[in-house]
Amino acid sequence: MSIAEKYETMEYGPALEDAKEALHWLEQHGRKFGHFIGGAWQQPAAGGFFETTDPSTGEVLATVAQGDAADIDAAVQAARSAVVPWQSLTPHTRAGYLYAMARQVQKHSRRLAVLETMDNGKSIRESRDIDIPLVARHFYHHAGWAQLLEQEFPGHSACGVVGQIIPWNFPLLMLAWKVAPALAAGNTVVLKPAEYTPLTALAFAEICQAIGLPAGVVNIITGDGHTGEALVAHPDVDKIAFTGSTEVGRAIRKATAATAKKLSLELGGKSPFVVFDDADLDSAVEGVVDGIWFNQGQVCCAGSRLLVQERVYETVLAKLRARMETLRIGAPLDKAVDIGAIVAPVQLERMRRMVNQGVKEGAVCWQSTAQLPESGLYFPPTLLTNVHPSSMVVQEEIFGPVLVTMSFRTLSEAVELANNTTYGLAASVWSESINVALDVASRLKAGVVWVNGTNFFDAACGFGGYRESGFGREGGREGMYEYLVPTWFQNAPMLSSVTVGVAEMSSDEEAGSDSESFAGAGLDRTVKQYIGGKQTRPDSGYSIPIYAADGSLIAEAPLGNRKDIRNAVEAASNAASWAKTTAHNRAQVLFYMAENLSHRCKEMAQVLARVVGEEQAEKETAIAVERIFSYAAWADKFEGAVHTPPMRNVTLAMHEPVGIVGVVCPPEAPLLALLSLVLPAIAMGNTVVAVPSEKFPLIIGDLYQLFDTSDLPGGVVNLVAGRSAELSKVLAEHDNVDALWYFGDAPGSARVKAASIGNLKQTWTNEGRAIDWFDPHQAEGRMFLRHATQVKNIWVPYGE
Amino acid sequence: MTPDMIRETHFETHIEQKAKPAPNPLGANRGTPLNLDWVDEVRANTSAIERRAQTLVTRRTVKKEWQAAWLLRAIACTDLTTLAGDDTAERVRRLCAKARQPLKPSLVEQLKIQDLGLTVGAVCVYHAFVETAVRALEGTKIPVAAVSTGFPAGLSPLAERVAEIHRSVEAGAREIDVVITRAHVLGGEWQALYDEIATFKDACGSAHMKVILGTGDLMTLRNVGRASMVAMMAGADFIKTSTGKEAVNATLPVGLVMTRAIRAYMQQTGMAVGFKAAGGVRTAKQAMEWLFLMKDELGRPWLEPSLFRFGASGMLTDIERQLEHYATGRYSANYRHPLA
Repeated sequence: MSIAEKYETMEYGPALEDAKEALHWLEQHGRKFGHFIGGAWQQPAAGGFFETTDPSTGEVLATVAQGDAADIDAAVQAARSAVVPWQSLTPHTRAGYLYAMARQVQKHSRRLAVLETMDNGKSIRESRDIDIPLVARHFYHHAGWAQLLEQEFPGHSACGVVGQIIPWNFPLLMLAWKVAPALAAGNTVVLKPAEYTPLTALAFAEICQAIGLPAGVVNIITGDGHTGEALVAHPDVDKIAFTGSTEVGRAIRKATAATAKKLSLELGGKSPFVVFDDADLDSAVEGVVDGIWFNQGQVCCAGSRLLVQERVYETVLAKLRARMETLRIGAPLDKAVDIGAIVAPVQLERMRRMVNQGVKEGAVCWQSTAQLPESGLYFPPTLLTNVHPSSMVVQEEIFGPVLVTMSFRTLSEAVELANNTTYGLAASVWSESINVALDVASRLKAGVVWVNGTNFFDAACGFGGYRESGFGREGGREGMYEYLVPTWFQNAPMLSSVTVGVAEMSSDEEAGSDSESFAGAGLDRTVKQYIGGKQTRPDSGYSIPIYAADGSLIAEAPLGNRKDIRNAVEAASNAASWAKTTAHNRAQVLFYMAENLSHRCKEMAQVLARVVGEEQAEKETAIAVERIFSYAAWADKFEGAVHTPPMRNVTLAMHEPVGIVGVVCPPEAPLLALLSLVLPAIAMGNTVVAVPSEKFPLIIGDLYQLFDTSDLPGGVVNLVAGRSAELSKVLAEHDNVDALWYFGDAPGSARVKAASIGNLKQTWTNEGRAIDWFDPHQAEGRMFLRHATQVKNIWVPYGE
Repeated sequence: MTPDMIRETHFETHIEQKAKPAPNPLGANRGTPLNLDWVDEVRANTSAIERRAQTLVTRRTVKKEWQAAWLLRAIACTDLTTLAGDDTAERVRRLCAKARQPLKPSLVEQLKIQDLGLTVGAVCVYHAFVETAVRALEGTKIPVAAVSTGFPAGLSPLAERVAEIHRSVEAGAREIDVVITRAHVLGGEWQALYDEIATFKDACGSAHMKVILGTGDLMTLRNVGRASMVAMMAGADFIKTSTGKEAVNATLPVGLVMTRAIRAYMQQTGMAVGFKAAGGVRTAKQAMEWLFLMKDELGRPWLEPSLFRFGASGMLTDIERQLEHYATGRYSANYRHPLA
């Protein structure tokens, strides 16, 4: 076709990025890669290899090693032996390595981008303009954290050896998100890239070699799900960081439950994209393009549920359909292509299946008429209308370029629809009114909220989800904590079984014994459960005797069961408005509580003394007053931050309460430990269901008088006495409980973690370690407050 | 007859046969009564618009023959312009000669586009040079555009501004680039703005009216969007970014807001309004970016001179260099191309 003809048609024509350099690099390696272990390339132990292909052509790009348990073991050993040498370097030296990584990524940016595009199928524009620049930015930012580690994170140590499993949708970027903070904090790493996209991780291994990174600090094992399983199961790994599907996240939670491995999960999403009638609708439509048609929709935080205010619903849909027609789909290496190839046949198949089922359920399917390439894995941009919250396609993550749309009438309905999901990763809000936008942003259950924008990422801003989208944050200061532990905790002794020691009681004893007389004589003392601000008899109708240290009977405590927990969680849920009271009000309640306790110290200590001895009882009550004061003080001071990503924008990192927190208390300090756990939770606006230690559940009787006289609204703290093991399991399995803190023995910690996978609630346990509840350095302050909150990053671009 | 004249005559015949300006496929804008709801509904989120403008140009590129074709298209859509205080009749004649023959013949042959009869879209001058330009362009289809109505500030008395239009039309200008009173926009006096533009339109008669918004003076993208809507309702055939004399001239975010307004107006009325980017467009690369914007936001019809123009002078030389590079494989130099 001549120039003159092209002058008439004005088509874009092909504009292929040259793949020569990337192909040359593959050839240099003979298109075959081993594992990267201890700073050198190693053949897989079992000798297995698998192929990685270009999804746009089906061509085999290279064969890579299939890792098995032996390879993982070799890598973990290499990482373990590198821990001491790596940590003995100065922070500045470690920062230098991270800086070198950033520089190397920049120097080889195009080769890495091309390689990423060939292996993954994403458009070269995205890998070139988004993925790789963000990779470099992440290493720069964390070179900074490495430099500042000692000043900014005093009293913290690295976890040790970190196992990291990353997904295929942003292969090198997810590597950076994992490796950079881990190394900055002083950990060593065993990383498993995704089966479909191992190549840029292998190129990164070469960067590690090039900059002379000490051997074993970064190890890369390629393979499939089994390889990942072996990494998760390895006993010498201190932390697992995973990004991927919620399903695999659950399996990892379960697999690591019986261990003390620290865990962060970044999982799926079905993120709402909310458009109000006063939004810049054309810009919102471009936002949808950047939301669901970015990376072929294979993005965990993709704005996949479009919610549009009724008045402009048809207008937005019309604009959207028109816009879909101008999206160019084709060869990922074409510089003028918007939508590339789907990573693997199984993913493409899943999209087709889900869209078909959606249509069967009544959805109306609109797809771009753009011609798909004849071969290769492609799926057209797709819009599903006539769907409802009950539709499968509205609830389940499709992980493809498929948008579902619904309308809403009012702001409240928008929030309700947006939050009607088991996920909580990200959300996007479009309105020209700052009142509307920020009101909605504050009410959305999501770890990241973008106002008038979508899919903004930056190394300085935490990223991570609420609910079943996982826990932990990546990026910024909050992300660094995922790779650190308080040094005292790392060195804390394990609880001996003696100190925990509440022997299991036989069922005979459970029923209580009429024949025994109360040592205290006088009137019978009645202690009930404390639920919803009321004293209630246990559902079971049973009580258990509580004995003093000298073996005498003090009184009987209610024996709680699952229904008491159910009622308590219901009460905690009904008290959710506590989160909306001002921090000042919460502080006032707490100050008042301290005042009231100070008047009762003597009385409380007398009863407590019979269990823990006079000395400890006095100490517990005295410190308890101080501790309440501390959290009254903290209530309005544990503030968020304003991040400054490199754009005209403020990112508000808000501390929000987690929601309903279950607290299972340890026996060592029946009063003080309970308060040390409950107070930070309520100071931050959570509501609590606490199970006092079996050793002295009678504390409930004193506490509810304290709470009632201190104007603590009913339901904010609920106290259920009973068997810790039984009640903690009920709490762990309750899907309306958002977090569960278990402090007790190691087996109990394991049980709680394993049982928490139903809604992937955040668990926090002492891993069987002894905590000195009398030492404010250990038992009070920021660590507790961090667990009592989750960070929501609200991005607010500005400018008129 | 000098050899030059022979060639010119030949060229003219050529134009008669080939250069048929594509008509506006949707029909010319007849305007509508002022609808203040349409003005109120304009939203422009600056950050989001800047992002779209920024990424739009990274999403698109053209290479090889396609690039050559697109560069030629940019020439066809150019209003070759001179609006300087030191303009003279001879300077204008030189510009018109370039307008007739924007590429040197050897390059035209190398590109095998003799049959296109390529010329620029128009020649744009002050009123004083309209007649000169009309005479210099005799025998071609190239229209003469006159900047008018107290260009560039537009603050002379209304009667004089209207009279200026009449005089330019009488002198043979087929396109009139009018400037608006920016104060009407800054003060939200939409009726006044509408009336002003409608009066200009009336004065233009059958001449095409391009309404210059002076976007650099309007300060906000929302103002740009609102002024665009009012101008179209008042009968603008084209809306145009700038005079070239403001501190900030044609930028892609401004272009995006104006093209979106054109689209909204078309959806409401079924009438298509043209767009002209003027000032600050100097390179072939920028020209491509504007064409990407037009194609992706408004579609193929807005790649015709009937609906899209650049106001530029220096840009043509850069395009010529790029085309020569395409033709020869060697990077070119400015002096190899005839001056405008």
